[in-house]
Order: sequence, then C-alpha cells, then structure tokens
Amino acid sequence: MRTLDQTTEEILALAAQQFKVARATLAPTDDFFKTLQIDSLQALDLLTRLEHHFHIELPDYELQGVTDFHTLAKRIQSRL
Amino acid sequence: MIDLRNYNSLGAVLRAAVESWPQEICLIEADRERESARLTYSEFDKLSQQRASALQEEGFGAGSRAAILMMNQSKWLISAYAVFLRGGVLVPLDYKLLANEQIQLLRHSKAEMLFTEFHIWRAVSEADNFGQLKLKRIIVTDASANADLMGAIRWEDFRAEGTAEFVARERGDVACIVYSSGTGGRPKGCMLTHDNYLEQCVALTSLFPFRPGVRYLSILPTNHAIDFMVGFIGPFVCGATVVHLRTLRPEYIREAFTRYHITYMSLVPLALKNLERGLRQRIAESPAHRRLLLRLLTGINRALTKNRPRPRLSRFLLPDIHRAFGGELLAFFIGGAFTEPATLQFFYDLGIPVANGYGCTEAGTAITLNDLHPFRADTVGKPLPGMEVRIVNADAEGIGEVAVRSRTVMSHYLEEPEMTAETIRDGWLYTGDLGRFEPAGHLQLLGRKRNMIVTAEGKNIYPEDIENAFDSLPVKDFCVFAENFLWPRNELSGEKLVLVLHPETDRPIPSSVLEEAAARNRALVPYKRVSDYLAWDRDFPRTASMKIKREALAEEIRARLGRDSLVAI
Repeated sequence: MRTLDQTTEEILALAAQQFKVARATLAPTDDFFKTLQIDSLQALDLLTRLEHHFHIELPDYELQGVTDFHTLAKRIQSRL
Repeated sequence: MIDLRNYNSLGAVLRAAVESWPQEICLIEADRERESARLTYSEFDKLSQQRASALQEEGFGAGSRAAILMMNQSKWLISAYAVFLRGGVLVPLDYKLLANEQIQLLRHSKAEMLFTEFHIWRAVSEADNFGQLKLKRIIVTDASANADLMGAIRWEDFRAEGTAEFVARERGDVACIVYSSGTGGRPKGCMLTHDNYLEQCVALTSLFPFRPGVRYLSILPTNHAIDFMVGFIGPFVCGATVVHLRTLRPEYIREAFTRYHITYMSLVPLALKNLERGLRQRIAESPAHRRLLLRLLTGINRALTKNRPRPRLSRFLLPDIHRAFGGELLAFFIGGAFTEPATLQFFYDLGIPVANGYGCTEAGTAITLNDLHPFRADTVGKPLPGMEVRIVNADAEGIGEVAVRSRTVMSHYLEEPEMTAETIRDGWLYTGDLGRFEPAGHLQLLGRKRNMIVTAEGKNIYPEDIENAFDSLPVKDFCVFAENFLWPRNELSGEKLVLVLHPETDRPIPSSVLEEAAARNRALVPYKRVSDYLAWDRDFPRTASMKIKREALAEEIRARLGRDSLVAI
C-alpha cells in the first residue's frame, strides 16, 4: 500500500513526463493549471493517465474544484 | 422529420417522435469502455411515462416547475420528457456551478421538484445555505445501496405504472427557465416558450436536417442552450440517436467517434483546440514522407471543397484522418465563444467542416450559423431562417451592436422587468455584442459592448458575479472589469478579467494585500479567475446609493492608464 507521499510523488513524476517539464519544477501545493499551463481538458487527460497508472476509476466530478497536486493525491489515495 | 407546425409544445412534439420511430435507437450511454444504456424511442417513452405518472401523483401539472441538475445522461432526457408530458416548466441547471450557487438558482426559479445525481445532491446538502432550500420532492440517480439520501428518493423508486395524462400547452407558454449567467445579485433566468424552441428547431434543422441513423455525440452540458436543442430536441424530432458519455475525457471522446460512428457533435473552442492539438501531434510524430503526402492531399482536398463540403471525396483522399473520427462524421457545430479562424480552417482542410455559429440563450440558442456553402472561417455565418439581425449605431466601419428580432427570442427574464426592458426594446433583443455584416451577408463579431467576457469553454462571466470573492479585502475600493471593456478593441480572442485596486493609502499596494487577493483568486474556479490587477489612486465614482458607476470609472481609467499598467496577479 502506497503512502500519501508516495502517491503524490508518482503523480508529480507522471505530470512532469506528460507535459514535458522538469520534475523539480513541480511541488505538491502547486496549482497544476498554472504551473503546467494547462486547460481543463488537458487536466482530464492527466486524470486518465493517472487512472491507468494506479488502476482505479475516478469519476470526472472528483476532480471538480481540485487545482493542486496534493488534493488530487488525496482523492486518488482514498480509492487505492 | 416531424412537421413542427402541427404542434404547440415540446411535450406534444416529443410524444409524436416516440410514436413515429418506436424501434429506432434514441439514446446510447457509455462510461469508459462500457455501454450502460441503449434505449429505443419506445423504451424511452415507457421510462418517461413512469416518471410522468409519478409526477402526476404528486400533483405536478401545467406550469409546475421541475429542475434538472445532472451531468449528460439518459435520465436527464427521460426526466425532461416526463416534465413536458405533464405540462411542466423545466429548469435545467449547470452541474458545474458551486453547490451554494445551485441552491440560489433553485430558490430563484421556485422549482418544486429536483432531479439530480447523488454526488451532486450530497454536495448541495453540505452547502451553508442548504437550509434555505424548499423542495417538495428530490429524486436522485446513481445512489449506492446504503447511501444516506438526506430526504431524497431514488430514481428507481420514483415511478408509477400506466400512461400519464398528457397536459397540453400553448405555444406562448413557458417551456424552460434557463439561467444564461449570473449568480451574484441578479440571476438571469431566461423564460423561453414552447414557440421559441419549436421555431429554433425549424430554423436549425432546415440547414442541418437529422434523420434516423444519424448519431449525435452530446458532450456539452445539456442544460446549455446549444446541447438542449442540438443534443435533444433536434435529434428527437428527426428520429436520430444521441450518444452520452459519463466520462468526458478527451481519450474517451476520441474513442466514441470510432465506436459509435458519430455524425455530428457540438463543442466549444477549448474542446476543438484540444482535438486540433492531438491531431497535430499525431501528424508531427508520423514519418516525413507521410507528412509530405498528407500536406499534398490536404491541399487537393482544400481546392476541391472550396465551394462546399464533399464528405465522400474527403474520406477517400484522407482515409486515416477520417477513420480516426469514425468515418461518418459530417460536421462539428461550434458556438458559445470566439474560435480562431486558423483552427476552423485546419479542420476544414482535412475535410471536417466546423459550422461556426453565434447565439445566446436569450435568443433561444443560435442567431447565425455558417451553412458551409461556402465554408467561411472568418465569420459566424448568416442569420438563420426567421431571424432578423441588424447592426445598431454602426460606426464608419459598419461596426455596431448586434440586435435580433425573431420568434425565438425569449419572453422575459424571470422577476427582472427592468433588465428585460433594457435587453428587449421594441421587439428587438440587444445582444451587447459588437459586429458588422460583410458584403456576402455574413456576420463578423468584433467585440463586446458589455462589461463581460466569454471563456474558451463558452462560459459567460460577468465581473459583478465574482466580486464577492474579494469582499473585505483590505483596500479602500476594488472592482472587476473585463479588460476589453476598459480598453475596447475589435477582437474577441484572449479575453480576460482585471481587478482594479484602490489602496487605503497613497503608497503602493502592500504585498500582503496582493498575496491575499491572489489567494482569493485561486479559490475561484479557474475560468472565473482574474488575470491581472491594476493599481488605481482615486476614489471610485459612485451613485447616491453608493453603487460604483462602472462606466464612469472605466472612462477615467481609460483616460489615464493603458494596458501596460496591468500586472499579473
């Protein structure tokens, strides 16, 4: 079972890879829309990738209002 | 297609639809790779009749109001038809609003019934103003077996056997209350009549007739005027099929094209841009010789489709591209916000026409639409049949406010006679948008007269609605403006909001205040955020009742400062 920190780290690494930015430029409390310069549909694309990685299903509404990696990690963690 | 002239209400015309094509598929619902529902018109009718009978038992009848607060799914349309069968007024609400905003609109609309999804209902029940909600009955879908329903009843239990008594309505009766925007002080509830919808449907289907076998992919929220018309009423009166996806991820949307052989889809510029980005990436990753071949074939397609789309020819010339879109796509519809001409042209050159249109909820959906004969990337098309459009107070270049008169224009704003009188004058709806007609009769949009923006997601944002996010900020005064309202320009791309701050003292704005403003801004949903702030050193002009005189303030700012005074927040 992953810890919340491990989940967060994996999300940051996947986000960095997907949007071709250096992992070091991302922090858990970052607003991912701003840091990654992405729109809501690109955020949904990231969510699909995270679902495949963690082998879970996250309804779209779980992401509503979520803008930072840490909160996203908590939502994912609760379904692991 | 059903001859709409013979019917007076949406209920009557939908009833004719289910009788006309009982065995055709009207709805498909999918969640990721799984198909969760597939209904014929006959099955759709049966499920709706059960809910209409239950509504009847509750005493729901002519003029009673029922709200729907759901993501796109089959039960949205089943509930809507049940409401119309009983002669009710439908209040479609935006599931993306915050729960306290949804409660505010539920109260404002005076809806007595609510059809919603369990997760939305749970969020509503946790809102601060939940206690203010007065509903007779709440029906929830998708609730797990042991869920605490908090006073609601399950969709599965809200049913009664037999055929509901059909309640006839007149054309002038209100069919829907649609909130075009605004949850701040003055929600704008557009009262749209059965006549408005039936006339709009006639106009749209005259350009793009659906038929049995056509599959429409519904991804815009059905509460939105476009999807309600093009993803519900339009396909149903023609016996077509509507496909709903419970997961609106770009990956699953792309898959839906090939799985369901989609014919049409409506979308907003943000989604079109996302598709363009994906396509361009795929093209860039292909070998050099394939890219060269694609460029050559795209050029041939462009030349051969100059005057009109030729779908079969385009599919023959560019098979890989068209296979990725299911091979049967005829067109995308786009509206609700500004779309870059280059993006429209990109798709057209590949043989995928994007019918660019313009409209507003107050006008019953679309006012103009490009009929693709020929395709134009630089306009929003010609007025639809039945629409009179004129340019008011045109300047030397022919640019002025767009006004429209037609049977599709709403009756009024709910409980807002003054706002109605400002918006509809002598039968003309003043849109607040600036445009001009070019020689071929196409409308070009070139800016806004109003202090508002429209995002790439098609959301209308009024600065007044987000100002409460900055309440009690430690400044003397603050105000939010659309950047293009402060400094007008004849363009609609890249619209953004600006926070004007007047500090307590003559010194520069303290960093603590800016940090607080930035934090408040981050708490807003992304599409409502302001982009920049502007430091202003004078008192705001105010009315006798201390309301900010926005136009006067904008004029003062315009006279003394330019766009270069803006600082990113």
